[in-house]
Amino acid sequence: MSARSETLLWVAQRASAGLLALCVTVHLATILYAVQGGLTGAEILGRTRGNPAWAAFYTMFVLAAAVHAPIGLRTVLAEWFGWRGRARDFALIAFAVVLAGLGLRAVSTVFA
Amino acid sequence: MSATLHVKVWRGGADGAFQEFEVPRRESQTVLDVVTHIQRALDPTLAYRYACRVGMCGSCAMTVNGAARWTCRTHVDKVANKGELTIAPLRNLPVIRDLVTDMREFFDKWARAAGQFRGARTRADDFARVSPQSAERVQADAAIECIGCAVCYASCDVLARLPEYLGPAALNRAWTLVNDVRDAAQAERLRAVAGDAGSLSCHTHMSCTERCPKNISPTAGIAGLKRAVARAALAGEL
Repeated sequence: MSARSETLLWVAQRASAGLLALCVTVHLATILYAVQGGLTGAEILGRTRGNPAWAAFYTMFVLAAAVHAPIGLRTVLAEWFGWRGRARDFALIAFAVVLAGLGLRAVSTVFA
Repeated sequence: MSATLHVKVWRGGADGAFQEFEVPRRESQTVLDVVTHIQRALDPTLAYRYACRVGMCGSCAMTVNGAARWTCRTHVDKVANKGELTIAPLRNLPVIRDLVTDMREFFDKWARAAGQFRGARTRADDFARVSPQSAERVQADAAIECIGCAVCYASCDVLARLPEYLGPAALNRAWTLVNDVRDAAQAERLRAVAGDAGSLSCHTHMSCTERCPKNISPTAGIAGLKRAVARAALAGEL
């Protein structure tokens, strides 16, 4: 991979880390606040369904995680197992798609 | 202060073993004094390197009680553990014999990191004027006193996992040149330090900064390189 592509991946990982820091903070604060009204499926879905702002927020959360995790794993695979090259990168693209797919499916179930 | 030091010294190549010596304890004794005593009085076949003995040449670095140090400026009182010293060759470099490592890869990486100054002026041009107070010169000053001892290289945990990583010293050198306003090979240098084995592989463990005997912070320079290559990549200049 070219020096520019490597660097852009690095930038993407740092940028997604910034987003994740924000998302995790909001996520945890919301949980602490929301459990005060009880912790049942019906209570949670009553709050989340039909709320486009939260749907957008969690969509961003999922996409940031789907960008961040595979780039980090890419380094782990290279440094711990010596796995480099196109096969690794394709495997990680597949991993990113699975992460994003599962996450977006959850978002659509909880917020739609 | 006990009368003798119990010293274990690495002998042989990579598959060698420690040999034990008793060395007379002296006041203001350095680790290099200990090694020199062994070679001169106890076993003349011991191989080790030194030159200046005053912390300028960068040739006497060894692993002393587990940490890489410049031995000529390391006093025994500071590092001996209950009168014991364990002295081994530097890590992350191939051992030639005893305390001598093969430094070729270490210095080749300075070249691979585009560590040479490339000027664009000729002798017909006037002198370049660089203000000592300019931001670039201040950054370069903080990193310029490297003596090439490889203590940082031996202390780097990334290198233990990723042998092709350029390492703290070569990247620190590149950083001084990135801040040299006279240099005309900046794009090429940023490409050299941006790749798979370049500055982006640093995990910021800061062992290099912790151990550098000249109190340089290669970590800070590498962070500067990361910012520089990120800017260049986003601007499409990499």
